[in-house]
Amino acid sequence: MTAPPPSHTPPPLPAESGLPPVDAEMLLGMYREMLRIRRLEELAAKAYTQRKILGFCHLYIGQESVAVGVAAAGQDNDYWIAAYREHGHAMAKGISARAVMAEMYGKETGSSKGLGGSMHLFDRDSRFLGGHGIVGGHAPLANGVGWAIRARGEDAVCVCYFGDGAANQGAFFEALCLAQLYKLPVVFICENNFYAMGTALHRQSAITDMSRRAAGVGMAHESFEGFNVETVRERVGRAAAYARSGQGPVLLEVVTYRYRGHSMSDPAKYRPSGELGHVKESDPLKITRKRLVDDFGITDDQFAEIKAEVEAECQDAAKFAEESPVANPENLYAYTYAPQTTSMGVGDDAPVHKFEQKGEIAVPGFEHPAAQVGG
Amino acid sequence: MAKLQIREALRRAMVEEMRRDDRIFLMGEEVAHYKGAYKVSQGMLEEFGPSRVVDTPISEAGFAGLGIGAAVVGMRPIIEFMTWNFSLVAFDQVINSAAKFYQMSGGQFSVPVVFRGPNGAAENLAAQHSTSVDSLFAHFPGLKVVTYADAHDAYGLLKAALRDDNPVCFLESELTYGVKGEVPDEEFIIPLGKANVRRTGSDVTLVTWGKQVLNCMPVVDELVKKGIDVEFIDLRSLRPLDHKTLFTSVAKTGRCVVVQEGHLFAGVGAEIAARIQEACFDHLEAPVLRVTNRDVPQPYATNLEKLVMPSPDRIMAAIDRVLGRA
Repeated sequence: MTAPPPSHTPPPLPAESGLPPVDAEMLLGMYREMLRIRRLEELAAKAYTQRKILGFCHLYIGQESVAVGVAAAGQDNDYWIAAYREHGHAMAKGISARAVMAEMYGKETGSSKGLGGSMHLFDRDSRFLGGHGIVGGHAPLANGVGWAIRARGEDAVCVCYFGDGAANQGAFFEALCLAQLYKLPVVFICENNFYAMGTALHRQSAITDMSRRAAGVGMAHESFEGFNVETVRERVGRAAAYARSGQGPVLLEVVTYRYRGHSMSDPAKYRPSGELGHVKESDPLKITRKRLVDDFGITDDQFAEIKAEVEAECQDAAKFAEESPVANPENLYAYTYAPQTTSMGVGDDAPVHKFEQKGEIAVPGFEHPAAQVGG
Repeated sequence: MAKLQIREALRRAMVEEMRRDDRIFLMGEEVAHYKGAYKVSQGMLEEFGPSRVVDTPISEAGFAGLGIGAAVVGMRPIIEFMTWNFSLVAFDQVINSAAKFYQMSGGQFSVPVVFRGPNGAAENLAAQHSTSVDSLFAHFPGLKVVTYADAHDAYGLLKAALRDDNPVCFLESELTYGVKGEVPDEEFIIPLGKANVRRTGSDVTLVTWGKQVLNCMPVVDELVKKGIDVEFIDLRSLRPLDHKTLFTSVAKTGRCVVVQEGHLFAGVGAEIAARIQEACFDHLEAPVLRVTNRDVPQPYATNLEKLVMPSPDRIMAAIDRVLGRA
């Protein structure tokens, strides 16, 4: 009998992120960012009830500490790809409140010119890759981004967000398998908000710590509570450092909670009474505010100033969306196919593209220089 | 001019493009160590190494999605499906991500990925390994769907697909990988969306694509012997569809038979027939007829399979009918 080769055991995650300690300015910035997201979502909810925003609209209220904490842990050149509850991620990665709101309003000035809507926010400049509506379907794409990062030798990671519901999807399992097999620089973040639409966690999965999904593919993983934005920053910082250094992907489960229903049409009656009230005791804005007061001496006046600025920005975004022209009918056919820019020339006219720097991709069986190529 | 097998012509197209463009990599089941399930990628691992000719687990949704994600951020992957039958477990990736990403993002992210592999029936592979996916993928705006009949076109069209800035489904055939044909030594590219009029004629238009071109060739020869001046069109690409060449031909002949592998119901042949009657109604002397697989899942037994596939006899019978000879 020949024994199978040994299974992969991932190296442990580092004990420290290596990120600088949080100071008042930094934490105030994170607080402000969470407030921006929450306030824009509240205005979106209002606009939805007025039928100014249509279709499906999934609010991020309650989960703001996750996207903001990840942004604080990451680099600008990181790529993010998210699901359909992504308004907060889009804002945290750098899409303006105006462009987010205008997209939800179906306006020409939206981030996708009104072709995408609430579920399909994208931004090339800030490396935000959507906005995807098939639960779990975008997870394999994150590996491709990781592949490109590695092939080009970039110092970046791809962060892939999804929910506890997506952690039951086949495409998600395949994504984990491939990410670990090729040791891609991807940080998978499962925002466990306890409900896949209306199906409670324990009714959709026999394990309720979704980070354990990674164990079966030999991937580093951990689970933590994500209401404190500083915790998210530190824990994601460790995972990102690990992935960035080529040790492989990480699956993080961040325990969080959405205050609203699955979408705007869902009153969330399936939740036990008192659950939401209990969760709100550890509201991300509330606990960060307390920390800012207790440890950094931020005053009510300073908070009032931030609140006023955020209010002005979000109201401006809503006004901008309201007043922008509707989606341009001339764009109806404009983005079905990309215009051909790659040359079809032959011989000396054929396009040449060489990477300035190349990275190595770990492909099993080829780790050792002595491996027989094609043997 | 060299005589190449179709698998060699496909390989030559990939190798030439990969030598010039670092962004291209080939990924799929058995493409590297095994040298390709049908030996299309033989020798490519040795030349390009394991980072560019990449074996995958049996995980079509996983690696099709990987290709799409890589394309979105500037790579140009070739994703090989061992057969298109297996693409069905990656259907969501191809349809919801590859075909729609550019549009959903308001034109911010294009998806230059090529999905390729053998399509349609081989022999005695029964129901689950004999599917023609032409109409499934051609249905969706955002995708291009391309196929070929001979080594010359396999090379020239795959080169175009690899240069294309949009997702391309490239449909090959298990049965014809070993078929030899002349391919000029000089590099060339055949633009997508241009049909090839393989024979000009004025009596009847015979339209087909892919390996059915080879099935139709003896029929064309026999028709010519009988003194029937048949125009024989090889579509090469289903999306974009070269309707101009089709309409010009049918306006001239007034009669048309479409030969299509795959099921009759809602097939590409139905689309072609509908377009022809819309555009050429006044020129038509007979209804447009389709010769397709019989409308059943593929059977295993040789005698039953022969009954299912478009045969020269059935093609001839359809032509006789549109010519009023039957």
